[in-house]
Amino acid sequence: MRSIKNVTLTGLAVAIVGGILLTGCSGSGTGSKADSASAANSAGEDNTLMGAGASFPNPLYSKMFSEYNKTTGLKVNYQSIGSGGGIKGLTDKTVDFGASDAPLTDDQAKAMSAPAIHIPATAGAVVLSYNLPDVKDTLCLSPDVLAGIFLGTITKWNDAKIAAVNKGVKLPNMAIMIAHRTDASGTSNIFTTYLTKVNKDWETKVGKGSSVNWPVGLGGKGNEGVAGYIKQSPGTIGYIELAYAIQNNMAYAKIQNKAGNFIAPSIASVTAAANIDIPADGKVSLTNTDAPDGYPISGLSWVLIYQEQKYNNRTADKAAKMVKLIQWMIHDGQQYSAALNYAPLSAKAVAVGDALLKTVTYDGKPVAQ
Amino acid sequence: METLVDNDLIARPDESLGRAFSAPKPKDAAKASKRIKRSHRQIRTETFFRRSLIIVGLLMVALVFAIMLTLIVESIPSIKALGAGYLWGKTWDPVKDVYGALPFLMGTLLTSFLALLISVPFSFAVAIVLGEYYPQGWLSNLLKNMVELIAAVPSVIYGFWGLAVLVPIVRTFETSLGVPPMGYGIFSSSLILAIMIIPYAASLGRSMIQMVPANLKEAAYSLGATRWEVIRSVILPYTKSGLFAGVLLSLGRALGETMAVTMVIGNTTLMPNGIFSTGNTMASVIANELGEADKVVYNSALVELGLVLFLVTVVINMIGKKVIGKFTNE
Repeated sequence: MRSIKNVTLTGLAVAIVGGILLTGCSGSGTGSKADSASAANSAGEDNTLMGAGASFPNPLYSKMFSEYNKTTGLKVNYQSIGSGGGIKGLTDKTVDFGASDAPLTDDQAKAMSAPAIHIPATAGAVVLSYNLPDVKDTLCLSPDVLAGIFLGTITKWNDAKIAAVNKGVKLPNMAIMIAHRTDASGTSNIFTTYLTKVNKDWETKVGKGSSVNWPVGLGGKGNEGVAGYIKQSPGTIGYIELAYAIQNNMAYAKIQNKAGNFIAPSIASVTAAANIDIPADGKVSLTNTDAPDGYPISGLSWVLIYQEQKYNNRTADKAAKMVKLIQWMIHDGQQYSAALNYAPLSAKAVAVGDALLKTVTYDGKPVAQ
Repeated sequence: METLVDNDLIARPDESLGRAFSAPKPKDAAKASKRIKRSHRQIRTETFFRRSLIIVGLLMVALVFAIMLTLIVESIPSIKALGAGYLWGKTWDPVKDVYGALPFLMGTLLTSFLALLISVPFSFAVAIVLGEYYPQGWLSNLLKNMVELIAAVPSVIYGFWGLAVLVPIVRTFETSLGVPPMGYGIFSSSLILAIMIIPYAASLGRSMIQMVPANLKEAAYSLGATRWEVIRSVILPYTKSGLFAGVLLSLGRALGETMAVTMVIGNTTLMPNGIFSTGNTMASVIANELGEADKVVYNSALVELGLVLFLVTVVINMIGKKVIGKFTNE
């Protein structure tokens, strides 16, 4: 009797623990579905939208969402986990909208169950910051010189090629140290896209992407990592976001654009670069544009949503709220750009965004009024 | 009075023994069965407790296997696409989808073993001072607490300190040596790691040295041995396996350290060509790149990097266990 009791007790314990394990295992298989469903449900109930993606526009988006919350009461929970993470979240339908510094690649678009649209939300620039204590003038760089430096073919600051575009500037006989991002980032993507466009060698040897195989240089984590290298070691050049460079009073170079002018990065020159014809799908790179006053290493940042909003038990109300939010972001929300060193969208970009939002449907019917 | 009570107590066992042989009264029977019941409940609790412990213990084993299984399953796309060449490939190019882990494997092993080399003299010295020379007193307490505090400081603080203080010093040192003065790289990372791992070998070594039987030491002293001779020929041989276990613990910590290393190593994907060159470690690559690894093979290659790190740790641990076993048998 007693031994039987013991066996049953232990058996019970094993069954309980085993049960926990088993549910744990079976749960993981359907986990993503359940998660997304619950996320969608809770979001619908408490007037909250979920977004995730690029970290580059995060300061601006945070400001926009907090202002929007004050006037409408809608809460937007934006997680700045990186463009890749935002795209993944949208693909898995765990977020209401994604945000990315790079348009979807063909593979990424294929992985999604339905077509997603790109709405340009803000623009920024990548600047080349350097530490040359004895050089008082602003350094000028041409595309070829820039590519040469980052390919490792130009190794000294007093190289004849650099001197040729900086007439009258006394350049030091100093080795060039290069700093780049080591974490995958939209900033790297804009910079390498630019180099790929302007230099054949770069295109064949390295290419473009949010993380690439850098031929030379030190890798730093985040803007602050790269900026740390630049500040610490004289002779270092690296690329960082315009907003970060302005806030930290760092020196940055003028870059020669397609029209041949040397342009200093600023909100005005980024807006100028963005003032081009934007294709109807909103997917355009602002690097090396034709604008004569435009800074050539600029980029758009997009909000990504599904064109057909009826999925995973989403309500029509929610779809309408989201479209309204994005409309507000590209119109009234733009007023917060300048203070945070982002470039406001050009009128053309806003028009394309409006047209794209009109194509968003819920169960086949247009959402926007 | 007391003697009376004593007599009574002595008398009782005999009495009960006598009763046991005669037919027991119902009251006593109830008492006996109650005692039996309680002891059975106790046995049951014991068994239940023991079995729960075993189950919880087995859960840990299951967890390790589950982690390994996850790593293997998630690396399948990369293993299929890249094969064994992954292990000795020198190029890590997410754009062209070519991944080779060798530079990072070298980076991890170089930084960890160099750190071990630097830290071992210090951790053994601390262990001997605290275990043998000054086992008590405020100074040894202070030293002991400080060494333990080294292990408690978050690694990002070491990284920051390395960036702000160590890197400029190493840069000056490199300038005087005539190597490219970057300051960042394998050497700086090893120095940071060495400091971080000192407490592990030191603490274990100290408790091992304190456990050396006094009679062994006294015997050596009585034969005229000096303190140094006692340490060399009694204490160190006696605590050999324990000291080695501490070193192994330090190595495990060094292999997996991520944050402090990534801040000072320079993060280049090129093959390191010396201790002053920049490089990268497996843990640091995973931390840096997993967030935006959007391609299937890229993501999988990073997980495979984790698998390689896992296996390296397992192999080093197994070798270490063998060595400890050999020391103990001797």
